[in-house]
Amino acid sequence: ALVINDPDFQHEDLNFLSRSQRYEQAIRKSSLMVMKLREYGIADPEEIYWFKSFVHRGRPEPLDLHLGMFLPTLLTQATPEQQDRFFMPAWNLEIIGTYAQTEMGHGTHLRGLETTATYDPATQEFILNSPTVTSIKWWPGGLGKTSNHAIVLAQLYTQGQCKGLHAFIVPIRQLGTHEPLPGITVGDIGPKFGYDEMDNGYLKMDNFRIPRENMLMKYAQVEPDGTYVKPLSDKLTYGTMVFIRSLIVGDSARSLSRACTIAIRYSAVRHQSELKPGEPEPQILDYQTQQYKLFPLLATAYAFHFVGAYIKDTYRRISGDINEGDLSELPELHALTAGLKAFTSWTANAGIEECRMACGGHGYSRCSGIPDIYVTFTPSCTYEGENTVMMLQTARFLVKSYNQVAAGQRVSGMVSYLNDLSRQRIQPQHVAARTVSVRINDPVSLVEAYKARAARLVEAAAKNLQAELNHRKSKEDAWNRTSVDLVRASEVHCHYVIVKLFTAKLSEISNAAVRAVMTELCLLYTLYGISKNAGDFMQAGILTDAQITQVNQRVKELLAIIRPNAVALVDSFDFHDTHLGSVLGRYDGNVYENMFEWAKKSPLNKTEVHESFHKHLKPMQAKL
Amino acid sequence: MGSKYAQGFGLGSVNPDLASERQTASFSVERLTTVLDGGAEHTRVRRAVVEAIERDPVFSRENQYFQTQNERYEAAVRKAVHLQKKMHEMGWREDGPEFIYIYRALAGDVAFLLHRVFMRSISVLGSDEQVAKWIPLATKHQLIGSYAQTELGHGTYLQGLETTAVFDTTTQEFILNTPKISAMKWWPGDMGRSATHTVVFAQLYVHGKCYGVHPFIVQIRSLRDHSLCPGITAGDIGPKMNFEHIDNGYLMLQNVRIPRENMLNKFCEVQPDGTYVRRGSQKINYFTMTTLRVSLLSDEVILPLMKACTIAIRYSAVRRQSKLNPGEEEAKILDYQTQQEKLLPQLAAAYAFHFINNYLHKLFDRGYKEIQERNFSSLPELHASSSGFKAMLSQYCTAGVEICLRACGGHGYSLLSGLPSLYTKILASCIYEGENTILLLQTARFLIKCFAAASAGQPVPQSVTYLAAVKPGKCPAKNKLDFLNPDIYVEAYQHTAIRLLSSTAAKLQDLIQSGVKKHEAWNQCTVQLVQAAKAHCHYITVKNFVETVEKLENKAGIQKIMKHLCDLYALHGIFSNAGLFLHDGYISGAQMDMITASYLDLLGVIRKDAVPLVDAFDFTDKSLNSALGSYDGNVYQRLYEWAQKSPTNQQVHPAYEKYLRPLLHNKLSKL
Repeated sequence: ALVINDPDFQHEDLNFLSRSQRYEQAIRKSSLMVMKLREYGIADPEEIYWFKSFVHRGRPEPLDLHLGMFLPTLLTQATPEQQDRFFMPAWNLEIIGTYAQTEMGHGTHLRGLETTATYDPATQEFILNSPTVTSIKWWPGGLGKTSNHAIVLAQLYTQGQCKGLHAFIVPIRQLGTHEPLPGITVGDIGPKFGYDEMDNGYLKMDNFRIPRENMLMKYAQVEPDGTYVKPLSDKLTYGTMVFIRSLIVGDSARSLSRACTIAIRYSAVRHQSELKPGEPEPQILDYQTQQYKLFPLLATAYAFHFVGAYIKDTYRRISGDINEGDLSELPELHALTAGLKAFTSWTANAGIEECRMACGGHGYSRCSGIPDIYVTFTPSCTYEGENTVMMLQTARFLVKSYNQVAAGQRVSGMVSYLNDLSRQRIQPQHVAARTVSVRINDPVSLVEAYKARAARLVEAAAKNLQAELNHRKSKEDAWNRTSVDLVRASEVHCHYVIVKLFTAKLSEISNAAVRAVMTELCLLYTLYGISKNAGDFMQAGILTDAQITQVNQRVKELLAIIRPNAVALVDSFDFHDTHLGSVLGRYDGNVYENMFEWAKKSPLNKTEVHESFHKHLKPMQAKL
Repeated sequence: MGSKYAQGFGLGSVNPDLASERQTASFSVERLTTVLDGGAEHTRVRRAVVEAIERDPVFSRENQYFQTQNERYEAAVRKAVHLQKKMHEMGWREDGPEFIYIYRALAGDVAFLLHRVFMRSISVLGSDEQVAKWIPLATKHQLIGSYAQTELGHGTYLQGLETTAVFDTTTQEFILNTPKISAMKWWPGDMGRSATHTVVFAQLYVHGKCYGVHPFIVQIRSLRDHSLCPGITAGDIGPKMNFEHIDNGYLMLQNVRIPRENMLNKFCEVQPDGTYVRRGSQKINYFTMTTLRVSLLSDEVILPLMKACTIAIRYSAVRRQSKLNPGEEEAKILDYQTQQEKLLPQLAAAYAFHFINNYLHKLFDRGYKEIQERNFSSLPELHASSSGFKAMLSQYCTAGVEICLRACGGHGYSLLSGLPSLYTKILASCIYEGENTILLLQTARFLIKCFAAASAGQPVPQSVTYLAAVKPGKCPAKNKLDFLNPDIYVEAYQHTAIRLLSSTAAKLQDLIQSGVKKHEAWNQCTVQLVQAAKAHCHYITVKNFVETVEKLENKAGIQKIMKHLCDLYALHGIFSNAGLFLHDGYISGAQMDMITASYLDLLGVIRKDAVPLVDAFDFTDKSLNSALGSYDGNVYQRLYEWAQKSPTNQQVHPAYEKYLRPLLHNKLSKL
């Protein structure tokens, strides 16, 4: 409320502003925000996060990379001397920095980056170059117009050898005039799908020299004579990636929750057609098809929320160990977060679109707020690791674990189900013998079904991979020819993890009424997943087609059970109207009158008669 | 030909990564293009129109990604006005062979599209006198029309519209009102700023009795100075996901009086004394609306998917990332199986949909002839087909375009890739001209009826005769090659379509027999009904693809590559809906593994022809308007040069002086 009611942070609805105006508003608010943070003495990262998310209402802003990447990278990778030189100026915003990694030609595949930093011992400088068009840095946020420094990732060359990627602090604009420095070409990459307030930029360097001391040297070092000193461990960088990906999982949950809030509230306000002849038009939320679109997504939003919290907790726990030098749990967490990042962002992305579509024509108007949620969220399928590549990273871990088990070792953690693959192989007759009705209402036994599915598909992928290898194919070729299976294996593994975490969460809820409704949502999430992927469960002999029919039926019963609580369940997400930014999703449900009020402010309505009339229409009518 | 693609970017020759793709084509691209166009003459006319439009700088779309809503709207109006001149100049007529290609060449980026709907509704619904009065004015653009049906509170459910038209016998006028906020007309194109007239759909009241929804011609703006007429409130409804060039509008009516003659009265008339007369059959009108759904498929739904495939596949042949084999250069991302699995099924679907669109047009041409002979028996089938296929295609193509967008990594999110605008535009097609779920339920209603008739041995329309052929059994395939036999997979689709429909019909029956009211039973089965309707359309699409391939000439490698695409389309559908096919054991688990194997093999086969297959769509660079999808594949250079033209790069941004400078100069640190 501190922020929401502050008149300094008010402005016209962003939907009506051009890109340039939106950038300007964001910069204005960021500048103010920094001042107010100091004024109120807010320094706790968690508090800054909430303050920021209210100032920018969950939207990206030009200083994101400065605060989120530039400063933290200085903290973790700079030597004490470097921190003295750069940190306080950056903290005081004399230096505004960004983090320039992605190039036009390379993204997720970091080793392919082409920017070079060649050490010149004569002058004790690095010479930075963008030798090809594809090596131009492309996409970094805040680079286009805002920053005067960048941490640049480049291939280090010293004594004639390439030492791989390293980070360098590069000044790019003149302090005072903000003009690009000689040797630097920098600008905005143009309009994108969303992110209007962010000046994603390009950066081209031509023989640009920086002092030796500008290489971040806490780990790897280049000595004055050009001798290269290797870092101790490269696993440490995993930590940051895990952290950022865990944020995306949380973001998936939040973005989907926002879309669900809008679609479900609107569906309770919108009346249409008739269910029973002669009766008034019903709320569209009473139609089974509408419930079938929205309630599984609502359940998904809750599921992802719990998964996000789990990763955050695990990361906190493990980072303690990491600081003490224990890296043993990191590979699994790294593999798991890669897959979960991909799984949740894909699902949330599709879910947001489903919510928009469920709002009919009005969902398409920007006043619904869903287009904005979508364009802001959708790039997360690509940034911080392209999703398919992420899934394949998880798959690599799964196959490795499978091979360990096959070689007689035991594996632990979320993949421990692989240990008893041979014992657990399910016979169809075995399944038929089980008492069916109970199992379908028991989340714990459904977790077992997901576990069996994961085991089967991981095994199938691993075996297919082996079969390709037996065809005397190279390792890489065999991997590529199995990659569709491998992605599937990762997906079902992640799906299992989510179902497991959701189910485990139920017993932690003490309030009986809350637990009851969460159990319904958990069942819906789990059963809907079975219904949608029935082929997997049938093909593996985990469920019979009669059981699938029951699952389908049960899903529909759950829709009706959840219906009375639907609005309360989205109210619980507790989004403020300002934060939701949606006319359709308003807490008070006064949708139509506010749509009209909103439309009146459209730029096309600025004048009673649009200038096009005088310029084009009138002359045409006169001529014809 | 080559110069057509150069686009004035000053770029050199074709990227060798794309050139090599074209050298190994297994078929003649030019020949396939003529097959798609329906003959070499059509190809010639289309190219001539595209060339004439693209050569004209007024129609350029190069800057559209940089423009604001106001600028987009103004450009669209300018283009619409200029188009009149152009058509006159070129001798193109509205009923000529060129006409269908004009809109395609403009990529829809033009105003006054609703003007044509306005004219069509008068032609169809108006009496001879009304046609004689209004059509010449509209043709000469003395007025600009729109079509106001949708309201704030009601869309697809037309009976629920709340605008009223009350007949006043004393003045012989209708009094139009939007009595509450939800009755306000909302969304009609061209109405926010441009239109002077519109066809308003309103509930007709005479002597206190409601006669249902009828169309009325209402003037909303002055023909002299364009100001709003008395009693009219109208404006633009604000920014949307796309269609920034169209002024979708709102319209409020307060006691607006129009003469009795302004009700479109070919089928219904209110006589001076207030007597309501219905004459002739309104079914033909019904047919017109149905046709609209089919006519939009090509330009609004299938072409965007073809464009997205072209962009994503060409880019995937140029983009190299990571290594497939150590020591080799980085691989084209198109060589990754996961990339093929994203893109090639979309490509196959684009072809499948092109052919089903031809099928629908034939179906409708035949239907139209029958209707002119006053035989309305094919109407239910036409209505069901147009609804079901519109829903299926728009939904699939929307998802397909998004897959293409995301398959281009980060660069796909740049507007300069062309993909975001293709996506935000196509996704509106899931809603307009009937919300998809509702349309599928209409198809399902037709299928349920036909199924009952077929089961009782009564005759049913041709496209659903298969419903009578219920035969239990198992899929006979023994190895993965068997699944390349169309008989095998067509049979599987047919079986699944029948199973889904018959089990839903049985469930409906059970519910009703157990005492559940009919409408309640229907609502309880809607999820399954939607699924059954989709399965029907999917089956017809596969079957039609197979039949089309059989009829293709076996020359220039065309039939062979089309057979591969057809197989891919069919097997991808089974692979993605495995549960439906496995459900009653028609396909066994072992057979599903064979299908998967065959499907993955096909990806590798089609990979070789992927670029020629999108080249055959024959889009010019200007029509793609994409830095990633250009014919020459000079992706990075084009992206870099185009980005520099962004208005954000014109100068040091004003935000620097206003906000950044004080910040950087540390005036804050005092705090």
